[in-house]
Amino acid sequence: MSGELQQLVPTMMPSAARALLKGVALPVASALVLGLVMQFVVGPAIGAYPASVALQVGISVMLAVSLNIVNGYTGQFSIGHAGFFAVGAYVGAGISYYAALSGIDPASGQQPSQALSNGAWLVWNDGQNFLFSYGEWRMILASIVGGCVAAGLGYIVGLPSLRLRGDYLAIVTLGFGEITRVLLTQTKPQIFDRDELAATHAKDWVIPPMGGATGFSDIPAYASLMWVWFFVAVMIFFAYRVKQSSTGRALLSIREDEIAARSMGVNITKYKVRAFVLAAGLAGLAGSLYAHTGQVIRPQEAGFQRSFEVIIFVVLGGMGSISGVVLAAIILSILPEALRDLSEYRLIVYALLLILMMIVRPKGLFGVREIWEFWPFTRAKKSEKKVITP
Amino acid sequence: MGENETILEVRDVSVRYGAIRAISNVSFSVKRGEILTLIGSNGAGKTTTLRAISGMVRCTGNVRFMDQEIAGTRPDVLVTRGLCHCPEGRGIFANMSVEENLNLGAFIRSDKHEIEKDKQRVFELFPRIKERLKQNAGTLSGGEQQMLAIGRALLARPKLLLLDEPSLGLAPQLVQTIFKIIREINAQGVSILLVEQNAHMALQVAHHAVVLEVGKVAMTGLASDLAKSDEVRKAYLGHG
Repeated sequence: MSGELQQLVPTMMPSAARALLKGVALPVASALVLGLVMQFVVGPAIGAYPASVALQVGISVMLAVSLNIVNGYTGQFSIGHAGFFAVGAYVGAGISYYAALSGIDPASGQQPSQALSNGAWLVWNDGQNFLFSYGEWRMILASIVGGCVAAGLGYIVGLPSLRLRGDYLAIVTLGFGEITRVLLTQTKPQIFDRDELAATHAKDWVIPPMGGATGFSDIPAYASLMWVWFFVAVMIFFAYRVKQSSTGRALLSIREDEIAARSMGVNITKYKVRAFVLAAGLAGLAGSLYAHTGQVIRPQEAGFQRSFEVIIFVVLGGMGSISGVVLAAIILSILPEALRDLSEYRLIVYALLLILMMIVRPKGLFGVREIWEFWPFTRAKKSEKKVITP
Repeated sequence: MGENETILEVRDVSVRYGAIRAISNVSFSVKRGEILTLIGSNGAGKTTTLRAISGMVRCTGNVRFMDQEIAGTRPDVLVTRGLCHCPEGRGIFANMSVEENLNLGAFIRSDKHEIEKDKQRVFELFPRIKERLKQNAGTLSGGEQQMLAIGRALLARPKLLLLDEPSLGLAPQLVQTIFKIIREINAQGVSILLVEQNAHMALQVAHHAVVLEVGKVAMTGLASDLAKSDEVRKAYLGHG
């Protein structure tokens, strides 16, 4: 027995290390490469304005990939995804902004006013912080916190409502988005003065000073192309992993047939809630990154329009297909920019596209499959197999 | 009732759908290692009884499985204890491949090696499933889908398998095959509770039978006895 073990250990060690390399290090490294390429090759090549569009495309992709976990894999219809996005945006922005306002950036030694106005682009270029500035790490932390808060809310909203079926879930999530929007308009005015901020007490934060209906502005713009696309890649890897895991199989089985899924031993409520929490958390993370792209965030971020936009990405891309929704998100985010003159008619074009898709490809661009399953190579392999089996 | 004799005991089980009583005070028991069939006409409450046992619907009364009270236990918990319900209408995951369907059957298990063995067992029972592993389950024929559904249920390693209308919508020849396989599965040690419209076939393979009529147990007994009884012949077997 012990001899067997001794034989096993050396053979197991490299395989565990390989799994870790394959599972974590490789995706992170390639995400980093994508981020760096976007930052230093694509960004400069396409110019400042297209680069800012590329930032928003990245955010859209993240939203699409996250909603795909609920609407795509699990087949539950959530139409309040923007609510989680907005929660993440406000939490992340609040942490980043007030932390920056209350203190001097210890890494750069800049006064807060400077630190606020200097976006990541400048930090990257001024040569003081060759790799990452303190503010960028703070943004990451704030985004993770924002994601966690959104995930927690997802749990609270999901636990009671995911016992409901179909339409009811849609109504509950729609309500959640609207409630979030209304609550955000009720927040107190933003504090711009450092001394005023220092004079606040804990009770002043019961209703946080997040700018109310006018929105929350001057958020440090640390979310560079590098970070946004790094997280896009990480999220896609993550979503793919989830799809391949036993959790993913459970989610897909729920979509296919709830009764059969239960009779296979899948606790459907647990898995629905899990999908919902994951999606909410990722949306929150995306929201926080969005807040750091130099935007003024407004309560409307939680509104129906944004939720609907994301649903369209998922439906057009193919419910459940990661590559499909990524492609749909990219195309549909660039399209309004390309058709700038027609951008007011965007929703009409969306509606037409949806109708067209329903007629031509009712299961979405790729259905449940991934893009590579459509390569001629794989097709050939499949038909070969069919020939072999009588 | 000795510990080794009875695997499932249903006592005074009633189910209501709103104001409608679907089944009332249904009682019977399944012995370890046997096939018990539940026959009856449309709307007699056969499927409801199965659902009550497997926790898909709420019920009153007692259900004991392997000497544990299970009434009200969630179906996914029951699967881990060895009670597997193969639902009516096959419940195939149509957009997933046959292989993925089978893997979901083993969802609650993590013993890869044993799962692989059980898969081979399933392939022996259903050679046609092996040929179609990579195919989308939705593209299978009705009979193949039924085979897949049963094979998938077997991968959960059930001690008691609840089969709901396995012959539904199948060609007569396929019905023969399915029933032959049900017998084989039973011979391998799995107790089976079989719900059937096809009373003729069901009474041939089962050891015991329960006849349900409008939500109540009308008759119980040895399957061979019931097959000979006049009432059953008249009502379910189509003999004057």
